[in-house]
Amino acid sequence: MTAQVSSGTAARWNDAVAKDIIDARRSEPGAMLPILHDLQEAFGYVDQSAVPVIADVLNVSRAEVHGVITYYHDFRHAPAGKHVLKICRAEACQSVGCRDLIAHVEQKHGLELGKTSPDGSITVEEVFCLGNCALSPAVLLDGELIGRVTIDDIDQIIETAARPA
Amino acid sequence: MGLIQEIDYGTPIRVSEKMVTLEIDGVSVTVPEGTSVMAAAMSMGTAIPKLCATDSLEPFGSCRLCLVEIEGRRGTPASCTTPAENGMKVKTQTDRLASLRKGVMELYISDHPLDCLTCAANGDCELQDMAGVVGLREVRYAEGDNHFDAKHKVEKDESNPYFTYDASKCIVCNRCVRACEETQGTFALTIAGRGFESRVSPGGTDFFSSECVSCGACVQACPTATLQEKSIIDHGQPDHSVVTTCAYCGVGCSFKAEMKGDKLVNMVPYKAGKANEGHSCVKGRFAYGYATHKDRITKPMIRKSITDEWREVSWQEAIGYAASEFKRLQANYGRDSVGAITSSRCTNEEVYLVQKLVRAGFGNNNVDTCARVCHSPTGYGLKQTFGTSAGTQDFKSVEYSDVILVIGANPTDGHPVFASRMKKRLRAGAKLIVVDPRRIDLVKSPHIKADYHLPLKPGTNVAMVNALAHVIVTEGLINEDFVRERCDLDAFEAWARFIALEHNSPEAMEASTGVPAADVRAAARLYATGGNAAIFYGLGVTEHSQGSTMVMGMANLAMATGNIGREGVGVNPLRGQNNVQGSCDMGSFPHEFTGYRHVSDDATREIFEKMWGVELSDEQGLRIPNMFDEALGGGFKGLYVQGEDIAQSDPNTHHVQASLKAMECIVVQDLFLNETARYAHVFLPGSSFLEKDGTFTNAERRINRVRQVMAPLSGKSELDVTIDFAHALGYAMPRMAAAEIMDEIAAVTPSFAGVSYDKLDKLGSVQWPCNEAAPEGTPLMHADRFVRGKGQFVVTEYVATEERVNARFPLILTTGRILSQYNVGAQTRRTANVDWHEEDLLEIHPFDASERGIVDGDLVAIHSRSGEVSLRAKVTERMQPGVVYTTFHHPNSGANVITTDFSDWATNCPEYKVTAVEVRRTNHLSGWQLEDAEEGISLRRIAGHMSEAAE
Repeated sequence: MTAQVSSGTAARWNDAVAKDIIDARRSEPGAMLPILHDLQEAFGYVDQSAVPVIADVLNVSRAEVHGVITYYHDFRHAPAGKHVLKICRAEACQSVGCRDLIAHVEQKHGLELGKTSPDGSITVEEVFCLGNCALSPAVLLDGELIGRVTIDDIDQIIETAARPA
Repeated sequence: MGLIQEIDYGTPIRVSEKMVTLEIDGVSVTVPEGTSVMAAAMSMGTAIPKLCATDSLEPFGSCRLCLVEIEGRRGTPASCTTPAENGMKVKTQTDRLASLRKGVMELYISDHPLDCLTCAANGDCELQDMAGVVGLREVRYAEGDNHFDAKHKVEKDESNPYFTYDASKCIVCNRCVRACEETQGTFALTIAGRGFESRVSPGGTDFFSSECVSCGACVQACPTATLQEKSIIDHGQPDHSVVTTCAYCGVGCSFKAEMKGDKLVNMVPYKAGKANEGHSCVKGRFAYGYATHKDRITKPMIRKSITDEWREVSWQEAIGYAASEFKRLQANYGRDSVGAITSSRCTNEEVYLVQKLVRAGFGNNNVDTCARVCHSPTGYGLKQTFGTSAGTQDFKSVEYSDVILVIGANPTDGHPVFASRMKKRLRAGAKLIVVDPRRIDLVKSPHIKADYHLPLKPGTNVAMVNALAHVIVTEGLINEDFVRERCDLDAFEAWARFIALEHNSPEAMEASTGVPAADVRAAARLYATGGNAAIFYGLGVTEHSQGSTMVMGMANLAMATGNIGREGVGVNPLRGQNNVQGSCDMGSFPHEFTGYRHVSDDATREIFEKMWGVELSDEQGLRIPNMFDEALGGGFKGLYVQGEDIAQSDPNTHHVQASLKAMECIVVQDLFLNETARYAHVFLPGSSFLEKDGTFTNAERRINRVRQVMAPLSGKSELDVTIDFAHALGYAMPRMAAAEIMDEIAAVTPSFAGVSYDKLDKLGSVQWPCNEAAPEGTPLMHADRFVRGKGQFVVTEYVATEERVNARFPLILTTGRILSQYNVGAQTRRTANVDWHEEDLLEIHPFDASERGIVDGDLVAIHSRSGEVSLRAKVTERMQPGVVYTTFHHPNSGANVITTDFSDWATNCPEYKVTAVEVRRTNHLSGWQLEDAEEGISLRRIAGHMSEAAE
């Protein structure tokens, strides 16, 4: 899944490269989503400046592109932190304490859901069901699934992320 | 007189030959196949509750309020998305449905502010209505997230000058989003986010900065106060309404003028209006504020010399003075020394009276109309070839077109409501060919893309049409059956031989047009073989030295391919002004009576002499440019100008201004002290369309009623002013109301013989010819035979204009207009439409700009052989290299200071579209602009009034 790529592995936004990425699929039917995935793959997010370019190439309105991008939460509007931690908040995980995990992340580490740490090391997000209910509570760290997560595990993840590579 | 309420069937009424019969609540009803259960129910008067459905939009099925029970079907299907079927048994009201609907409403209301009493939509809110209909009595979901409390509410978007967007009141029914797509075709709205976050969004920005063109379709579709007119927020709901016709472009949209006492608070497009079918544009829908603008002059005024102050006087004194001056001029300089110009903004009845005043009162034929400077070649060209000076189709016909050829027209800006209709057809698969020097929006905009754009050099239309015809003739694409049966064969053969000559081939013409021959060939093949092919054209065709030739060239093309005389084809001018067709029909040309009959024709003259009781001149009168020339020559001294601003709109301003200054008495009748009024001696205050009774005739020959919604601000109708003027001149013109004048027009004009106000009220509108042969009018012309008998092919040799580029003037300037402004801007400049376009800009290609060191926003001087003005530059790839473009909406821009005296060989229609110019950076306005600004103040002073800056 491209949506799991964090900016740590992605290039800085570049209009010319973005244009090439968009152009590459210009004659494909239903190209909007593949283009958005490609951009996010390349840059870790879809910059606002891509909206008029996609609209022009696909001959749709800017509003339509905006509608698609905002519909899918995994399309980012800004680069994420170096690491992305997704905490599952679906029923199974809630029943075994994911709310405590989230509260801990907020209180101890000052990380709000949907935000990136001030040092840019980590972005914490919520997600609804990773399909790992048997091993709840579950999180996804940079695309890697982790089950039975404890508060200690979380502390370790966040502290490791904050360490300079 | 109450508020006119239109029935909303919920989904479009389908057209089908096959009918289906079903039973709704025990009552049998028959509807065309494809009609929804909801619309079928409404057709028998049963309103099924609904929120997301409205009959201007395709069914959507999201609100779940219109559920019904159908015998033999499981569950409760949505009536909007369920087509009616034979034998269906539908129940619209059961206990189960009532409980479901109440539950749905309860959820809606749980996320809606309960501020009905102070809400702008109070009294016009479908959500409120539906709560009442389903009997909602309580809402059990008091707690929880919502979109309206202090924590969640987002600021109202008030960026559009005419309406607001209040997300807290949105029920996300998608009607606005669908209206923007389906009705308007702009796609400026979307639903952003998902789930609870879903909100209507103009694309992540505010409305004003978005792609929105402010047509009002979303506001019209909104069932709540989410999208709400500011005028309604300010004034409250209207108390009565009157159906009338828009006074902007030649589309002729019907509107309900919604009033509160004598104040207009809303203009709502009228669904039964056949030209617009419930759609509107930013001008007609919102830009009506000029009608009560403080600049309106409502008192008659006179002055001896144009450098004097204006003096307010009584009507009697003003008209008496004008008449005594005209009598003096005729006594001193002869009967032909005075004349009049009628206006395409005025009603048919007003225009008719003015030409009657000239012919019967002045005793000459010196009457002309502003169509001279726009569509006179249309009248000439289509009359020569087909026999009628008008377009061949109704607008609806475009729904049956397979190939649409747009030449020299910019419908999305100039005729937006028709453009929406055309775009709908294009999205449904029709092919599009655009012949235009600029890359207009139709060439490429969301979901629209021209199959061929032929970006010809301005002034080479005839070369292009000949090249297209050459392909058709030489590649055997002629519709021989049609030509043999319907057209004059000798003329056809002469034309075909000429067109087949090598010099007319796309390859040979490429040097003139600049368009690759292969594209021209492909476009010609598409036009000839793509099915129903329709031509729509505008002033980019007519305003050339070969304007009339080009009109005939297009007629040749249509006849040669058999694209005439049925739905979906034809040759159709997009008329500029609301009543330009009508003003031409009404006999305001110096050579023609009503119905385009020549003044030298004894039989016709006799009809009018009998009706008017005077002897009439059989000599053709002066055209507008002749009037100017004669004025400078000393033979033309007095002019009565009704509702036209010739000083701004006519070409070569220096020449026009000098001519006006040379006259001894100019009488201007207008809403405002316009540019022409600077040179006037008598000012007669005119009435806006809201203040008059009458008719306008639109581009499809449709005669639409204009109904008075408020009394004339000046206290006197324009009809009465003309009649009083006639009386003061000594001609006893009978005093008649608008309906009686139409009766007279019908009595003297064969093509109007069947027109009466009774019929117009009954049918809504009729398209002329309307007479014994066609009592309900004629939507489609030349169906079985051409009006002139056989269709006449005319040889159209391409002759390049005299206006040439050279080293000194290397660029071609062409002119046009933009969506938010209208013509000389007298109306739109006095509305919030200026927010979109506060000044005229010079559009220039990046290549030409960089060669001259010009960047976007620079002030640049534009020189032509006629004059010089300065405008700001807009660097854009819409232009082709070598061509620059501007609009003429603002008087001090002086676009016409640089246009030339060249004109159409047949009709003198000015060649506005081709002027050789040079452009360079500058830091000051031109001498003309400075002097003009100065005169704009000094020649406009009114005694006793604070001197105001130029408008």
